[in-house]
Amino acid sequence: MNMNMVTHRDDLASKTGMWLFLFTELLLFGGLFIVYSVYRYRNPIAFHQAAHELSVVIGTANTIILLISSTTIAMSITALQTKNKKLCLLLMGVTILLGLAFLVNKYFEWGAHFREHIYPGSSVLALRGHGDVLFYGLYFFMTGLHALHIIVGLVFILVIAVSIFKDRINSENYVLLENSGLYWHLVDLIWIFLFPLFYLIT
Amino acid sequence: MSTQKTFEEPSYLEYKGKYKGIFSWILSTDHKRIALLYLFSLMTFFIVGATLGLLMKLELIAPGKTIITAQTYNAFFTLHGIIMIFAVVIPGLPAVFGNFLLPIMIGAKDVAFPRLNLLSWYFYVIGVSLVLISQFTGQGPPDTGWTFYAPYSFRTTGNMLPAVFGAFVLGFSSILTGLNFLVTIHRMRAPGMTWMKMPLFPWTLYATGWVQLLATPIIGITLLMIIAERTLHIGFFDPTLGGDPILYQHLFWTYSHPAVYIMILPAMGAISEIIPAFCHKTIFGYKFIVASSIAIAFVGYFIWGHHMFTSGMSGTALYTFSLLTFIVAIPSAVKVFNWISTMHKASIDLQTPFFWAVGFLFVFMIGGFSGLILGALAANIHLHNTHFVVAHFHFIVFGGTGYAFFGAMHYWYPKITGKMYDSRWANTGLIIFFLGFITLYGEMFFLGMRGMPRRYYDYDEIFHTGNIFSSLGAIVMYFGLAVIIINLIASLKNGIKAPSDPWGGKTLEWTIPSPPPVENFDEIPVITKGPYNYK
Amino acid sequence: MKTDENEKHHIIPYRTFLYVLAILILLTLTSVTLTQISLGAFTVAAALIIAGIKSTFVLAIFMHLKFENKMFSRAVCGVILLLAAVITITLLDYLNR
Repeated sequence: MNMNMVTHRDDLASKTGMWLFLFTELLLFGGLFIVYSVYRYRNPIAFHQAAHELSVVIGTANTIILLISSTTIAMSITALQTKNKKLCLLLMGVTILLGLAFLVNKYFEWGAHFREHIYPGSSVLALRGHGDVLFYGLYFFMTGLHALHIIVGLVFILVIAVSIFKDRINSENYVLLENSGLYWHLVDLIWIFLFPLFYLIT
Repeated sequence: MSTQKTFEEPSYLEYKGKYKGIFSWILSTDHKRIALLYLFSLMTFFIVGATLGLLMKLELIAPGKTIITAQTYNAFFTLHGIIMIFAVVIPGLPAVFGNFLLPIMIGAKDVAFPRLNLLSWYFYVIGVSLVLISQFTGQGPPDTGWTFYAPYSFRTTGNMLPAVFGAFVLGFSSILTGLNFLVTIHRMRAPGMTWMKMPLFPWTLYATGWVQLLATPIIGITLLMIIAERTLHIGFFDPTLGGDPILYQHLFWTYSHPAVYIMILPAMGAISEIIPAFCHKTIFGYKFIVASSIAIAFVGYFIWGHHMFTSGMSGTALYTFSLLTFIVAIPSAVKVFNWISTMHKASIDLQTPFFWAVGFLFVFMIGGFSGLILGALAANIHLHNTHFVVAHFHFIVFGGTGYAFFGAMHYWYPKITGKMYDSRWANTGLIIFFLGFITLYGEMFFLGMRGMPRRYYDYDEIFHTGNIFSSLGAIVMYFGLAVIIINLIASLKNGIKAPSDPWGGKTLEWTIPSPPPVENFDEIPVITKGPYNYK
Repeated sequence: MKTDENEKHHIIPYRTFLYVLAILILLTLTSVTLTQISLGAFTVAAALIIAGIKSTFVLAIFMHLKFENKMFSRAVCGVILLLAAVITITLLDYLNR
């Protein structure tokens, strides 16, 4: 981790690097959006009906959870900038808890599907027809990849929180906090699109 | 901008840092050492890939079985492709010459993220290792071709997972290199070096960086989908589950077409450095070369379907991709015009790098024209999946990136090693290599037009004579390569000491010692003039 | 060109973030409600447009794009347009088979 280098610290370079990395994530998920577009076009009715089987309540709750967590991580930057280290760490802690809550919800959602024998490669799913196979294939792959990114984001935020606790990141040197926030907002952005595409196409 | 100081700073090769021995290399974050790490690993894999190619050509010298079985042949062309594409030409010039020269040419001490740079190399080594492991474990090496087309890639019993995952890891290496170079160019140019005063090789690294960044993730996710298909039967490309194999091709080529611009743009950048240097004349049409580099990178995103003309796409897609493919040829033609115009009325210093550049122009043109032929829908029906295609991409990729790589190797050899190579052996090797190259690949155009398919282990007797010529060409070319490479290695020991500026070049790398000190510059230069400041 | 300036150390007040959060939640609930009323093809379009609006707020305020060098916003737009172009061209195949 590149903190407080003796020679020429370049925060703008650090931030630019993070944005460029976010672009790769957009394109990574973008590839899946390509697949979604094609198969949604080819199987409109099956997708529409399968979407009914997802719980709008859990989906909406998860959406709001991530929105709040984005707010808290954004506020944590203001807190650090105004030298309020305790509030900063508290807000980061809330962000992490909200992220974990998201994952817990996902765990229950997926669990319900598995109990119905709905998972990639299951014969039950194959029997339901091509549209369902593709809808659920995309659902598990995209929300699964997204959940992986949530885990990475939470680890990133935790590591930064530790550095803030040790004052290595502080009100004079906080670009890494901003970068962890940017990553977390990306995770939120992806969900902002996943939510309507899977839960609201009813 | 003299950098002769009263005391001699150790060069980056002699520098003694925190680590000793091999660790001073594999733990180094010095962009110059990382460049050499890439060079060493890349050349090793190139030799492996080239040997596989030679073995394939020996097999094809006669119909029927000659030296290997059909299954082995399939495994060979798969591995040859994976190594050459993912481990040689895509990292290629950026990883070796970009890493070594970019910071120096823009007046910086290193890249923006030196540790990330080292991580790129680690990903590279891990990725290639995974690919090589796939050869020796599981139920037999992959046999799908480097293109991993569905549905065969998820049905074959060949050991796909390590190979596919290895390619995925190699993608990370490419992305991180591109990201690093983009930030370096944005933030670390020397004072006074505006965008339009930056030399052309960095410009092409910039355009390439965007392609590495924005195209590679698509193949990343596609490879993950293949893994999901093989392990979870997810159904994206499986027609029995509702998937479309053609969608795999769309996704694959959405990256792999821009990938060829990752291969060729830095090559063109190197040619743009070599030609002015040996013509002792500023490049003709600097702004047009910059604009055409960006245009190629941009238009190159939208033409991937020309790999899929016979796959079953809609008519609309066919016409769109064909038209856009023709359009992308225009900026390349602009460059060729500018390069030749630079040579016009120039006082040319006939040295090895210049010969490589001239060779490049010749083979790149042939490769490019054959690409236009393939881009024409009606012709494509006859030529798709024949040896015509194989000839096309070897002329343009091996001819393009390969010749530029060897040209760059000889051009920057004095700077990197501090020695001069033996130019007689270099030129001899080049001539032998060139004659072999033209025979080997030129004959393939004719074989393809007469209907010989690619990736076939066997062929009809009517193709026999052509194959004899082609395979003999391969032997000659391989021998030429050996002369070139051995000369470069031997000159490390026997070469005479190189001055800072053996060629009379004007870009910043020629203002510092050969080889450079660790931090490149004693003082960051202040730039007041354009990069090719000959009379 | 390397300098040691950070972009003006711009500090966003907590209140701003909370207002944006309120808007985002409102938009979310709106899109959910809209899709319960079936508007045919427009239902999905509406949901996606609302997603787009939410994203704009997240990008502009939470991710600070409104206050950064314009270069960042332009790059973000460029990437989104690129993805849209690739999806469009791919669909040129499927829509016309």
